[in-house]
Amino acid sequence: MEILLAIIIGVLYAAGIYMMLRRSLVKLIIGIILLGNGANLLIFLLGRITKGAPPIIPEDSKVFLEAYADPVPQALILTAIVISFGLQSFAIILVKRAHKVVKTDDLDEMNATDEDS
Amino acid sequence: MTQQLIFYPLLLQMLLAILLMFFWRKINIQRVISMLGSIVHLAVSIGVFAYVWNNGTQTVQAGSWEAPFGITFVADTFAMTMVLLTSIAGLAVSIFSSGSVIGDRLRFGYFPIFHFLLLGLTGAFLTGDIFNLYVWFEIIIISSFVLITIGGEKAQLEGAVKYFTLNFLASMIFLTAIAVLYGLTGSLNMADLANKVAAVENRALVEITAILFLIGFGIKSAIFPLYFWLPASYHTPPSAVSAIFGGLLTKVGVYALIRVFTLIFVGDVFLDQILLVLAIFTLFSGALGALVQNNIRKVFSYLIICHIGYMIIGLGMFTEVAIAGTIFYLVHDIVVKTNLFMISGLVYRIKGSNSMRALGGFYANYPMLSLLMFIPLFSLVGIPPLSGFWPKISLITASFDSESYWSLAAIIFASFITLVVIAKLWAEVFWKDATEIPERPKFRYYHKIKNIKKVQIIVPIVFLSLVSLYIGFGAEHIQTLSTRIASELMDNQQYIDAVLNPQITK
Repeated sequence: MEILLAIIIGVLYAAGIYMMLRRSLVKLIIGIILLGNGANLLIFLLGRITKGAPPIIPEDSKVFLEAYADPVPQALILTAIVISFGLQSFAIILVKRAHKVVKTDDLDEMNATDEDS
Repeated sequence: MTQQLIFYPLLLQMLLAILLMFFWRKINIQRVISMLGSIVHLAVSIGVFAYVWNNGTQTVQAGSWEAPFGITFVADTFAMTMVLLTSIAGLAVSIFSSGSVIGDRLRFGYFPIFHFLLLGLTGAFLTGDIFNLYVWFEIIIISSFVLITIGGEKAQLEGAVKYFTLNFLASMIFLTAIAVLYGLTGSLNMADLANKVAAVENRALVEITAILFLIGFGIKSAIFPLYFWLPASYHTPPSAVSAIFGGLLTKVGVYALIRVFTLIFVGDVFLDQILLVLAIFTLFSGALGALVQNNIRKVFSYLIICHIGYMIIGLGMFTEVAIAGTIFYLVHDIVVKTNLFMISGLVYRIKGSNSMRALGGFYANYPMLSLLMFIPLFSLVGIPPLSGFWPKISLITASFDSESYWSLAAIIFASFITLVVIAKLWAEVFWKDATEIPERPKFRYYHKIKNIKKVQIIVPIVFLSLVSLYIGFGAEHIQTLSTRIASELMDNQQYIDAVLNPQITK
């Protein structure tokens, strides 16, 4: 399971960065989404995967008796998912506006900011 | 109650932002609330700063969850200094925005978002939890995305695409670094991390994590070779927005770098070497970039990059004198850079252009304003006794002490080029004969706007100029402050004890 996840994360990161390096604005958004998901899965994996052991202390005990799944990474992922969701929706609107105003989706033609004025 | 004191600057900013949202379309009320709120915030920040200065590092465990399990807020002298500077710059830019940003832009929630940005900055300085730092960074960048795009001009949107992409990438790299660090240590509290990272056996992995942090924060603070988004975007939004960005956004990256590399990843010679080399290149490339630009705001953008190098170089040398120089430079730079972008806004208001070739004749036509602009421009260069001079003494002393002659050369070279750049700007904009710029029909020129707006544009510039004069002439105070911060940073056990064993320190 860990190896499978590690491969998936690697592929997501690589694909995400590759897409961000393309010139098309739409591919930029896809890259952002892939990269965000890769990072979330990485947190999940590095929190160590424990199957079927929720972090709940049995009623007749005061401490954990055996290994349990770490809840912290899941809280982190939840936060990170919400944040990256917000960023992605902003990115989509930004790209839509930029496309409307600049009338191109080619990043190489977006050089008004480099003009000497 | 006093324990919760350090929350006040944070809560105040949040309340302001929420309150402002209730007056979404009433921009005149927003202007007043924002200004009054910023004044109160400054007063509160001064109060909390004085408390921390007298009583030492304060910590608050959010929800009373004991460290290292809960989220800790830590106000040491460094964090409070940054909060204080944030509210100084925030007050200035809040007033300046009322006068210089046109109403059409203000109507789309400019002031609420502006205060959310300040909230994010305050939170980032006060937090003692690495994941919480990530969340504050996100609040900062989301607010900054909105501020940079408000208005929706072509250049703004293009700049925003570049700004967005690289800042998003930086956040993801930062998140990756947090994930790896959590995998290594199982902790997120920075004080706890400092203990646990020191005990990790696999040093190679620790170094890789440190490099990830360096890249993540490096993009945000625009160090070489990760700075290309900055000159592509900082000159596009209204100058009030550039002012707060130029003054504080890159500096929060520098703050995070200093925090992480003096607390968590300490004493790694390899990392210090990398920091030093990057800083030297940052100094060179920023200075040379500024030399060839024609747009004033682009010149200032490159100078931001150049002067980030001064702060990183002090961090790279990692001696107490060098860190003190870094802190002093940070204090000076936040005030001066905010002021410079406001000045570029004033120039733009007067002439309708920011091109050095087109401008001219300021000194003949506006002698008093020119004298006012002289202060921040030459504070930046560091003509003694103005503020930029003093931190360089510490940095140069430190580079002699650590026999790092390349750093010495870079420091002197960069301040020389800064002098050339500012002298060129002075000659072009102020001394050259005025040239005819075709009048723009709908543009609100300085001589056409109401007197109250003029006051709102001039007062913040005067205010920040006075602050930088104080930093220059009262350098002894700032030096005492930065030496104390440096000694606190060099001895990270103080910070760790304040968070993990609050009983002992009290």
